[in-house]
Amino acid sequence: MTAMVEKKMQETPAQSAPIISLKGVSKTFSNGTVALNNMSLDIRQGEFVSLLGPSGCGKSTALRIVTNLTGPTSGKVEWPQERANQKEHELSFVFQEPTLMPWATVFANVWLPLRLKGLSRKDAEDRVMEALQMVGLDQFAKSYPRELSGGMKMRVSIARALVTKPKVLLMDEPFAALDEITRFKLNNDILNLWETFGWTVIFVTHSVFESVYLSNRIVVMAARPGRVVNDMPIDAPYPRDESFRTSSVYAGFCRDVSGALHAAMGSGEEH
Amino acid sequence: MSVAMTGDRGVSAQPEAIPLDAEELKRARAAKIEAVGRWVIPIFVLAATVVLWDRVCVWKEVPHYILPRPGLVFQTLLADWSILSIALLNTLKITFGALFIATAGGLGLAILFTQSKWIEISFFPYAVILQVTPIIAIAPLILIYVDSLTAGLLICAWIVAFFPILSNTTLGLNSADHNLQNLFRLYGASRWQTLRYLRLPSAMPYFLAGLKIAGGLSLIGAIVAEFVAGSAGSGSGLANQILEASYRLNMPRMYAALILISFTGILIFLTMTLISHLLLRKWHESALKREV
Repeated sequence: MTAMVEKKMQETPAQSAPIISLKGVSKTFSNGTVALNNMSLDIRQGEFVSLLGPSGCGKSTALRIVTNLTGPTSGKVEWPQERANQKEHELSFVFQEPTLMPWATVFANVWLPLRLKGLSRKDAEDRVMEALQMVGLDQFAKSYPRELSGGMKMRVSIARALVTKPKVLLMDEPFAALDEITRFKLNNDILNLWETFGWTVIFVTHSVFESVYLSNRIVVMAARPGRVVNDMPIDAPYPRDESFRTSSVYAGFCRDVSGALHAAMGSGEEH
Repeated sequence: MSVAMTGDRGVSAQPEAIPLDAEELKRARAAKIEAVGRWVIPIFVLAATVVLWDRVCVWKEVPHYILPRPGLVFQTLLADWSILSIALLNTLKITFGALFIATAGGLGLAILFTQSKWIEISFFPYAVILQVTPIIAIAPLILIYVDSLTAGLLICAWIVAFFPILSNTTLGLNSADHNLQNLFRLYGASRWQTLRYLRLPSAMPYFLAGLKIAGGLSLIGAIVAEFVAGSAGSGSGLANQILEASYRLNMPRMYAALILISFTGILIFLTMTLISHLLLRKWHESALKREV
């Protein structure tokens, strides 16, 4: 913990106003399981927040509540910076699976969010190709998802999230099913894109190492009932690269976060 | 390969082709035999059966009014072509008419069912009742109540054919990937957009499987209805020809009509398989060749 305090705090995210605010959010499923118990969390603009915890801690549920895919049983989610009558939030979601339409080409898959907003193929073409370029797949626009590797499919999924130019990017264990080499590569890609566009990212993961590498803030959660147990800043400077991954600072953060996670899981089992 | 080997031994810079080992050669040969055999063997079996049929007629001295020789059936097919072709055309009209209505109706009803749970609850039982009641039992009623013979036949064939399309398409529309459904919701897709861009494409393989069954069933439905109607004259189809020929013990013509029905069924099946392949070959697991 001491290593963390000594690090210089990054100024911008901590000071800026929250963009998403969870206020006492609870969720109980119809079978009686308490997925989330009284969770309060302010996400500030430009932050890269990881929700870290064991399975069943409600981290994915929290994400789904933020997107309004499911409603909270009690409490509420506020978007303080948006107009009151704004219907859709400017957010994109990346699922654990690539979730591509198998019958559509890579181009058509990335075009989808724009198509649903009424943009024709011609009007959307530049933006779609730009998004594909960002993930390095512009050569594969005409391919079908089945012709791509797992990592490439995930890139298409990320390109589809990028194409709407969202303010907030929500990722639900997006790289959990990928091999380590691909995962490291995509971690770097995501960090580069985050720094380029200044998004706010909420990243759900169960990997301590991934969360430390990516985020400037880790929210540690515990299960039964799902709740927040720790909120840790990871104030190592960006850009982070392979040298950060092998540094002692990184190892120190991983140790701290692991400790917090184990403490959380230990306290969870007492109940 | 032998040409390359004997031709120019002086040029040693060219890398020699790696000789295939015995195992690989064996496997390549097996694959080739299988590819040819897939077509040749069924045709050979068919030819053998026809020859056997012919021989049995000769050896056992079966009279042609019990079992005609295949040659005679073929002659009859040509000689009676003017009658049989009209009958075939009539049967085809009913078959494809019914298949068209069944496709449109099955697809339309399936879409309606998935849009509203209440519509599905209200009408699905009746679709099942229509399906499980043997068509031969309802056909006489339908043919009495409906004035136009063509309309009556169409209704009968439609009843038989539409259910597989309805039930398969309903299943397909409901099995769109849940994450994709969430994605569509996140991007604020309208009901129509979700149907058009997500549910219908997801249902495509199911619909095509239903269509394949419905193609055969519409022919069966048409033939059964014709049998029940039993009409002679301008509207008569192949089933009527079989009936009429049976009254006159005209066995060669019965066989000729039967062969035409079979061929129609096979053609419908192959057409549906081709359509299905063309529509799914780019993306669906069923249409992909697997590397072993």
